[in-house]
Formats: sequence, structure tokens, C-alpha cells
Amino acid sequence: MIASLLAQAWTAPTIDWHAIAPELVLVVGINLVLLVDLWLDEAKKWAMATITGFVLLGAVIPVVTLAVLGGDVRDAIFDGRYVVDEYALILKALFLLVGYVVVLLSQNELEEGGYYQGEFYVLLLVSILGMVMMASSRDLMSVFVALELLSIPAYMMAAWRKRDVRSNEAGAKYYLLGVFASAILLYGMSFLYGTTGTTKLTEIGAALSGDLSAMQVFAVVFVIAGFAFKISAVPFHTWAPDTYEGAPTPVTAFLSVASKAAGFVALLTMLYLGLHGADEVHSPMIWVMAALTMTVGNVVALRQTNIVRMLAYSSVSQGGFILMPLAVMATSAAESALRAVVIYLLIYAFSNLGAFAVIIAVARKTRSGEISSFGGLMSYAPGLGLLMTIFLASLAGIPPLGIWIAKLQAFRALIDAGSTSAYVLAIIAAVNTVIAAGYYMRVLRQIWMAPVPDGDTTPIRPASSIWLALGITAGGTLVLGILPSLVLRFADLPDLTGALGR
Amino acid sequence: MNMETITTDNWILTVGTFLPLVGVLLMMFVPASEERTHKQIGIITSAVTAAVGVLTLIRFDFGRSESLQFFVDTEWISVIRSNYTIGLDGISLPLYFLSMIVTLLVMIYTWDNMPDAGNPKSFIMLMLVLQVGMAGSFIAQDLILFFVFFEVVLLPMYFMIGVWGGEQRQYASLKFFLYTMFGSALMLVAFLALFFQTGAESFSFAHLAEAGALIDRDVQIWIFAGMFVGFAVKVPMFPFHTWLPDAHTQAPTQGSVILAAILLKLGTYGFVRIAIPMLPQGAKAWAPVIGILAVIGIIYGALGCLAQTDMKRLIAFSSVAHMGFVMLGISTLTEFGINAALFGMVAHGLITGMLFFIAGSVKHRYHTLEINRLSGMLIQMPRLGWILGFSAMASLGLPGLAGFWGEFPAILSAYNPNFGLDETLYRVLMVIAALGTVLAAAYLLWLYQRTAFGRPNPEFDSHATHAVGAGVNDDHHGADIHDVTPIEWIAWTPFLIAIVVFGVYPQLMFDVMDPAVSALVERVGAGIP
Repeated sequence: MIASLLAQAWTAPTIDWHAIAPELVLVVGINLVLLVDLWLDEAKKWAMATITGFVLLGAVIPVVTLAVLGGDVRDAIFDGRYVVDEYALILKALFLLVGYVVVLLSQNELEEGGYYQGEFYVLLLVSILGMVMMASSRDLMSVFVALELLSIPAYMMAAWRKRDVRSNEAGAKYYLLGVFASAILLYGMSFLYGTTGTTKLTEIGAALSGDLSAMQVFAVVFVIAGFAFKISAVPFHTWAPDTYEGAPTPVTAFLSVASKAAGFVALLTMLYLGLHGADEVHSPMIWVMAALTMTVGNVVALRQTNIVRMLAYSSVSQGGFILMPLAVMATSAAESALRAVVIYLLIYAFSNLGAFAVIIAVARKTRSGEISSFGGLMSYAPGLGLLMTIFLASLAGIPPLGIWIAKLQAFRALIDAGSTSAYVLAIIAAVNTVIAAGYYMRVLRQIWMAPVPDGDTTPIRPASSIWLALGITAGGTLVLGILPSLVLRFADLPDLTGALGR
Repeated sequence: MNMETITTDNWILTVGTFLPLVGVLLMMFVPASEERTHKQIGIITSAVTAAVGVLTLIRFDFGRSESLQFFVDTEWISVIRSNYTIGLDGISLPLYFLSMIVTLLVMIYTWDNMPDAGNPKSFIMLMLVLQVGMAGSFIAQDLILFFVFFEVVLLPMYFMIGVWGGEQRQYASLKFFLYTMFGSALMLVAFLALFFQTGAESFSFAHLAEAGALIDRDVQIWIFAGMFVGFAVKVPMFPFHTWLPDAHTQAPTQGSVILAAILLKLGTYGFVRIAIPMLPQGAKAWAPVIGILAVIGIIYGALGCLAQTDMKRLIAFSSVAHMGFVMLGISTLTEFGINAALFGMVAHGLITGMLFFIAGSVKHRYHTLEINRLSGMLIQMPRLGWILGFSAMASLGLPGLAGFWGEFPAILSAYNPNFGLDETLYRVLMVIAALGTVLAAAYLLWLYQRTAFGRPNPEFDSHATHAVGAGVNDDHHGADIHDVTPIEWIAWTPFLIAIVVFGVYPQLMFDVMDPAVSALVERVGAGIP
């Protein structure tokens, strides 16, 4: 009997080590950083940032080799619940690159603040690991695990300046609302599993078509609401401004770019693979959220005097633009919508990180977060002034700088769908583009036209790591704006759905 | 319909358009304190660019000006079916060349007349970027490419007004920016709608002009509405014109000249090149609206002029009136009217550009532009006074000068509008527009009379101050008053010559434009059942 049991015993699944190499590199790297931190002298802690940077760059290598070698074989490892396709690879590359830039930005801030460098970088790496996993997750379980893996370290990072009340507030708010959102999400997911009997997204997608039961409607609503917290869509955005303002600036940059992108990636995967049949439930919901998010974010941003808070609301409003094409994902415009979201996430990452990099550089001199502290920047730091102009003009959507092509794609998806509601949303978005230009221009006006506030025109000398970050982000913003074809091809719908037979 | 293209010398447009960026790159590596070097680089770069422009004129096959020449069509953003498609025909050639010459002359003018805020490095870099956007808009033969160039213009102009402008510069620059941004956002939606309604195949002008005509009439009207807002803000047409007087008045001289000479033409060019040929039925439905708004603009602009006390603001309002004539010509949809409009665009560019130059120089000398305080310019500065008189005559449409050939045919064309547009309406418009020319004569002559005739205002009389008030009054109001400087002569002479040459021999330009315009009108006619 034992022999017969043994004969048909559990066999290990064949694992494509190459396909999960980026995650493995990160796992090894996390342990490495943790261990090195233990044995390293306090005086040599600066090395932690370098090691972390190398770990992230090291994880990029397998991403590149996977992209170059390609191959359909690894499209569906673990029974199609964890997929490595072009769509996943470009997003993994994005998350790793964003992580690298955040390390560059954090370096000085952490060294000077005497913060816990080793622990910070470990948490950062863990969070990025969660994001990298999210790009490949195609199952309720792995989506949820990845989401928690990327969120929990982020709660702690938000509260990293532990003697600062506002940083504590940032962490606490983010944590409480984040956990609340996770609970709602999980509740919705349990309904999904309960009514369809499977956790694999493609199977849920197959089961969720035709008439939905009341429970399934609730499930979809809960799942979307849960993700809406993560991407700070109105009315689930209230945590974002306080958290963004209180958290250390590099962490804010990380949250508003990487964390948000990961939320969107999860939402994309859920919508396209699992919930596409329930579009009658989620399309109106997303339509309303997108319209509200861009409008409320913009209108409130107009009134901000603190630059980080302004960027926080601007990032809420940009989230509305990213969300916008998903309102038509169930129509013939599905492909353009997917492409629009992915492109937007990619380019937005460059421009927004760049803007934060300039803020960090300038704040080291002015010690202020007020927009007025940027007065006359062009007269004493023309390099930083010009870069900020590029980043903000890109965020405002002015060609040929980065985000214009993303905005164009978003509009294109809506108009491709061609329904009246899509056109109305496009008009709302067009009006919002103008409102947004209003507050981005306000900062530019300070930089170019206002006098230096206290007459202090000592030049700013940012650290070399900040210059490197600025170079990467400005290069990305310019190159992707002028030659968007370089990345546009990565976001093809067949990549996401084709291998899974949908 | 002639859609053939000529691809010889196809490097010439790309080089001519992007050459200013080489200057920008060079200047980045020169410290801001070396102001002379920056001015030199600016002049040399724009001179070389203009030389490429002259070469373009020489290589242009004037016998086939209806077809796109120096044509390039390479892949750009293949996913959204947008290509790097550029070409030049008789419609765009004059404007393309004008943009290069104006930038060069403005650059020369800057040598002596840097606005007060200083920092020529940024100023000249912005002007060069501006030139790329302007030239690019006129060569683009792809909607998305056109949109990109159209928007490139926005930021440099915003900073030029906002940093180097007058007292109200921040308000004026933001108003300019938000108006234009609003227009272009709606315009973009309209472009995309056009793209999808024509089967989402291509953004190229040639394709859209063929396929656009097949769209349902109602849909065409909607799409045209979106483009209308975008282009009408830029022109600017009544009631979207309110940004213009502020922007013009506050902008530095260089900014005003470029704004008047080239930037406003992007709007009218958009109507002629994009909105009308691609949406013939939409154009026909909207033509009366455009005509009526154009005529309101003519009268409103003229009345506005009569009410101004500031010389520069007066010229700005006269721009609204003049662009009204251009739009009236376009709204007739006749070959005659569109030819007149295109001529009017160039003529207005030269004349109003010249007037803004003069206003800048007057401000430089008197430190004020208040018409009440200025007088006797002919005595104090006879040459400048004569140039002002000459430009004012050209602006009011005196036969024999360039302004006449833009206005008169435009009015005449309204007698007989094309494609069964309401003749009664257009004849009424014609009469009102003709009245507008009388008003134009009134405000320009009145301006000239008040500023140039009479005795010089004692306040600015340098001799009197020196003779009587020496020692008592050290405030030498008249100290800066001198006649036209050599740099000004260099910058202005080409304008003055062109105004006379095109006035005496308008065929020079009509011959280039007419074949292209007649092909365009023919195509529009084919699209209207």
C-alpha cells in the first residue's frame, strides 16, 4: 500500500528557473543586504545603497535575457497562474528601474538623517519583489500575496522618519486605510472563488459571463473598490495627500509611482483576464471613478501651496487619466485601452520621479516644501530649472515630452470605443488637461518668473546620485516622447491574453 | 485632384526645420555670462537656417506647386499609424519661408534690443525652439506630427511673454497658455475622432483628405466643431480673441513680432490645410458661422482700436480685425477667397510685425506707449516717423502695398461664395467688412496723426531739457530719443521691401499659391454632394 502511494506520489512541478530568475535574484539580494547590514560598520553604511542598486540592476539582467530569448514555453509556468510574457517583462523592468532611481534618491536623505539604512533598503527590495511578482500573477492567490508583499513594507517606509509626527501620521493613515482596502478586496475575492469555484483568473473569466448572480456583482464591486484604494482613485483617495506629504520624499516618489503602478497592473490583470465578462458592473463604476478622480484631484491641486502635496493631488488626477481607458476595456477598444494604461504607467514613472528628484535637490538648499521656495530657480540653478520644466511640462501633457503620447493613447482608446459615454469622458478629460496645466504652470512661473524668495542665490550642488537619477528620468521623458515606438510595442493585448487561450 | 509627390532633395525640409536645435545645443555649453557669444550664435544659427530656406526656394519646382515637394514619409509611431510625413506645396511655402526670415530678423534686432529682464541665453534658446515648432507645423503632413509641432510653440512663447514681458506679464502669459491649451485639447479629440471615423488607417493628410469626405454630414459637423475651437483660439477669432490683446501688449517686442507674423497663422493655416479639405461638408455647414464671426471680429477689432490709449494694444486689436478679413476669405470656400486669405496671412505678418517692431522702438525711446503723451515723432525722429506712416498705410490696405491684396480680394470674394452658400448673407457680410476698412483707415490715421504730427511733447524734448532745465531737472526724459539705428535698419529693411514688392507685384505670391489652392477647392467641391 505504501509502495503504491509512493508510486503515484507527489512530483515536483517542473520549474523554469530562467523564467523566475528576476525574482530569485531579488530574494537572494534581500538576504544579502540583510546579512551585510548586520556585519557592517556604522561608518560604512553608505555601501548599503550601492549593494541595493547592484541587486536591482542584477535582477534586470534576466529580464533582458528573457525578453531577448523570448519563447512561448515560459508563458505559462505553474499551470498558467504565473506568466512571464512581454507584458510582464516590460513591467518588471519598469519596477526594477523605478526601484533603482528611488535608491539613488534615498541615498543622501538617509545618510544625513541618520536613518536605518540597512532596514530601509531591505524593505524597499521586498516591496519591489512584490511588484515584480504582481506583473506575472494570474491567480487570485498570487495577486493577493504580491499585493500584500508590496504594501506592507511600504506602510513602514512611509513612517520612516519616526520622530516626525507627520511621518507617523502618514504611516498610520496609509496602514489603516490600506488594510481596510485589503480586507474589502479579500472579501470580494472570496465571493469570486465561492461562486466560480476557482482562483485561476482565466477560469474565473470563463465562468463570469452572461447573467451574473447578485453575489458576483458584489464580488466585482468589492474587488474594484479594493484596488481603487491602492491607486488612490476618488472617492478612495483620502489617504494619499497626507501620506505623500508626511512620508520622506523619496518614499513619496516610490509610492506615487511604483506602488500606484503595481495597483494598476493588478487591476489590469483582474479586468482583462477575470472580470471582462462583468463589464456591465465595472465599466460604469470605472467611468465615474475616472471622471471624479481627474476632476477632484485637479481642482484640489490648484489650491495647494506645498509642492509635495500638489504633486500628490496631481498624481491622484493622473491616476484618473490612467483609469480612463479602462472604462471602455470591454468594447472593441480593449487593445488600445490596455496599451494606453501600460504606456501611461511607463512614461508617468519617468516624469514624476524626475519631478521628485528636482524637489529633493532643491529642498536640500531651501529646506522648504513651499512652491514659493522655487522662486527664481532659473536664475541660480538653470540646469535644475530646465529639468523641472521638462518634467512638469511632460506631466501637463505638452508634446514632445513623454506623457503627451500616453495622454494621446488614452484619448485614442476612448474615441476608438466611439460610444457617447466615451466621448463625454474624453471631453471631461480634455477640460481637465487644461486645469492641470494651470497648476503645473504655476510652479514653472515661480521657477522662471518670480524673484528668489530670500535673495539667497548660492548655487545648488546635488549629489552625483541625484544627477544620475535626473539623467535617467529626463532621458526617458524626452526619448519616449519623441520616439514612443520604442516601448509601444510591448503592450499588445495578445501577449496578455493570447497565451492563456482567452 | 493631384496627389502626386516629389521626393527630390528630401533632406532639405528636415534640415531646415531642425537646424535651430543645433544652435540650442551649442548654447547649452556656453556660460550665460557670455552674452555676445549667445547673440552671435543666435544670429548665425538663424541665418544658416534662413539660407537653407533660400535654397528651398531655389529648389522648389514652381511649375508644380500644387504637389507636395521634398516629400518624406518614414515610419514614426507605427502603432498608432502616425508617420513622419513632411512636404511643402504652394500653400505652405510662403509661410515656411516667412517663419525663417522673421526669426532671423528678430534675432538681429535682439542684438541691440534685449528686453529688460536680460539673460539672452534663455531668450535666444527659446526663440530657436519656437522656430522649430513654427517651421515644423508648416511642413507636417501628418496630423499627429502637426499636433506635436503646433504644441512645441506653446511653452517657449509662454516663457517669452512671462519672463521678458511687461508689467502684467504673468497674467497675460497664463491666459495665453490656458486658452491655447484648451483649444488644442479639443482639437486633439477632434483629430482622433476624424482618425477613427475614417477607418483608423492613417493620420496622413492625403489619406484623411480623401477619406474624411466620406464621413456622414452630422459627424463631420461635430468633428469640425472641435477643430474650429482649436484653430479659432489660435487665429484668434471673436469670441476667443481675448487672450490676444493681453499677450501682444505684454510680450516683449520680439515675442509680439513672432506672435503676429507667424503664430497666429498657425490657426488660419490649420483651417485651410486641415479642417476644410478633410471635412468638406462640415466646412460648408460652418462657413456662415465663420463668416459672421469673422465680420464681427473685423468691426469689433476696429472699434476696440478706436478705444485704445496704448499704441501696442491698438496694434493688437488691429490684428483681430485683420485676421477677420483672412477668415472671411476662407469662409467663402472660393479659390479667390482662400488665395486672398493666404496672401493676407503673409501680408499681415509683414505689416503687423513691422508695426510691433516700431512700437518696440518707440517704447525703447520714450519709455511709454501712451498715445496721448506721444506727438511730433516726425520732427524728433523723421525716419522712424516715416516708417510708422508707411506701415500704417500698408496696414489700412492702401493699394500698391501688400495689405491691399489681402483685404480687397477677401471682401470681393464674399460677393459670390462657393458651393451654394447663402449669397444674401455673404453680401451683407461683404458690405459690413467693407465698412471695416473705413474704420481701419480711421483708427490708423488717427493713431498716426496723434503720434507723428504736431510738436514734440515738451516732456520728451531733449533740447529743451538740456537748454532750460539743465541742473534743475536731471531727469532726461528725452535722453534716449534718437532716430533709426543701423541694427534696426538691417532688421526692418527686408520687411519694408517685401511690403512694397508684394504690393506692386502680388502675382509673385499668387502664382505660387493658386495651383495648390485650386486643387484644394476642387477637392472640397468633390466632397460636397
